[in-house]
Amino acid sequence: MNGISSVPVTRTKPQARSGRHWREWGKHKYYFVLLLPGLVYFALFHYWPMAGITIAFKDFRLLEGIMGSPWAGLKWFQILFDAPDFWTALRNTIIISFYKLVFSFPAPILLALLLNEVYHSAFKRVIQTIVYFPHFLSWVILGGILFSLFSSDSGLVSFLGMKASPIMDPSSFRGFLVISEVWKDMGWGTIIYLAAISSINPELYEAARIDGGNRFHLVRHITLPSITNTIVILLILRTGQILHVGFEQIFILYNPLVFEVSDVIDTYVYRLGLTMGRYSFATAAGLFQSFVGLLLLLVTNGVARRMGERGLW
Amino acid sequence: MKKPIASKIFDAGNGIFLIFLSFITLYPLWHEISLSLSSKAEALQGGFFFFPRGFTFQAYANVLSSDYIWVAYGNTIFVTVVGTLLSLLVTSSMAYPLAKRTLPWKNVWMTLIVFTMIFSGGMIPVYLVVKELSLLNTLWALILPNLVSAFNIIIVINFIRGIPEEIEESAMMDGANPIRIYFSIIIPLCKPVLATLALWIAVGLWNNFFAALIYLNDKALTTLPLLIRQIIAGQQLAEETGQLADSSTESVIAATILLSIIPILAVYPYLQKYFVKGVMLGSVKS
Repeated sequence: MNGISSVPVTRTKPQARSGRHWREWGKHKYYFVLLLPGLVYFALFHYWPMAGITIAFKDFRLLEGIMGSPWAGLKWFQILFDAPDFWTALRNTIIISFYKLVFSFPAPILLALLLNEVYHSAFKRVIQTIVYFPHFLSWVILGGILFSLFSSDSGLVSFLGMKASPIMDPSSFRGFLVISEVWKDMGWGTIIYLAAISSINPELYEAARIDGGNRFHLVRHITLPSITNTIVILLILRTGQILHVGFEQIFILYNPLVFEVSDVIDTYVYRLGLTMGRYSFATAAGLFQSFVGLLLLLVTNGVARRMGERGLW
Repeated sequence: MKKPIASKIFDAGNGIFLIFLSFITLYPLWHEISLSLSSKAEALQGGFFFFPRGFTFQAYANVLSSDYIWVAYGNTIFVTVVGTLLSLLVTSSMAYPLAKRTLPWKNVWMTLIVFTMIFSGGMIPVYLVVKELSLLNTLWALILPNLVSAFNIIIVINFIRGIPEEIEESAMMDGANPIRIYFSIIIPLCKPVLATLALWIAVGLWNNFFAALIYLNDKALTTLPLLIRQIIAGQQLAEETGQLADSSTESVIAATILLSIIPILAVYPYLQKYFVKGVMLGSVKS
């Protein structure tokens, strides 16, 4: 790895340095015994798979293994970029991701601001306990609940004035994905913002009130600016995840009727690789996804820093 | 200080909105509870379920008399308990040496660990490694590939750095080596942070569906999320739930779902504040 070659070089003479160096290692031998199981874990389940990415450039055959399979150059990427399914999946991923960014990202911020305006602390606690809860349910569970709630004869569908169950309707399925995600995680997402808000110096509010600011002014000129950095950091992290729109949610909720609007890269990779056994092809698609994610993370972080915010690094 | 009228109106509107939001959050759960307690005929009819209709425990009786739910429960408990303990053990045993500023190559180890937060091999390479290690179709496949997260290690490192050096030094004087200090001093002192992480890890393992989906392909190894998925998807429905003729599948699905979230429902109200504390721990660092 790149990391190993960038060991900090101490400014002592080589011989003296290596002697002291080894003594340092010896002194820490028990610490290394403790560290070892964890390092083995990272090597096995993180770095070995990273080496396994090479199969995106190979004709992977199970019998020959990762090392033994012959190289194939960029063949799989060429096939990938020529596959209409891939472009459908990419388009769906970007569209759904964009919707989620626009709607489910700001939702917890708004809710946190509203919760912060509640002065009755017992009432606030009860509301928080309730809205945090869905976060703890898995999509499998929620899928089961949503299927029965939104089945065509559940009463809810006609009550909401919908013609068909949104789970079966291509025109509303993406909206359904976004709303169900907001429902699940909006409450939980407020915690981090509420923490940021609670660390604001109360004297700021006091001063603003004396200057005649009303509640709206306080939110606009004190609360919001104070949590901007938190928002920016979460936004950067979110951008890195743009091509990961939530495998579980979509995998659980989608079905042949809405396939065309909801097959995303994650489900595409899963289908190709694990149900059809096209390992090299699927790895190429996955690598494309990780690469774009990393790129976006770097770009947004750069933009955020340029705009004078503190980025991730 | 008297509040202006606009402020009072806002408070009322805000309160009503939050109550409405809580209702929307709770109704789906309440619907599921009611459905699971309704008779077959009523459950089939559909419509709103503000209360159980044709109240009966039949669906629960049917689910509990099927073998699969017990197998799934057993496997899920095994994965959750063993996975959580092992994860805490490896997380803390890595964090302790890494909290020592004198550890040789400390930055190398940290870089290698943190790098896994922003880049991973991806679904297929990880799957192939699990396959290569002969972990396919074992419950270890649900535990080992995501045993430790870099994020949790950093949280524990920060916690250990807050422990006064003198405690360790006096143990060193008494001739204890770092491994003994780790087990007899560090772990006990880290209890608060480890307990918070344990909650997170346990919920994650209890709910883990993805790993079960891709790594398990054996009926005897089913877990709760996998079982629910199969029942919902209607696969082998007749086979697995053959004795369920007396209640509609709707109420059976609802009963299975509730049985699988009962542990979470039972502890959530008491442990909520610790979960929240966990988020705070994380946000300090990020």
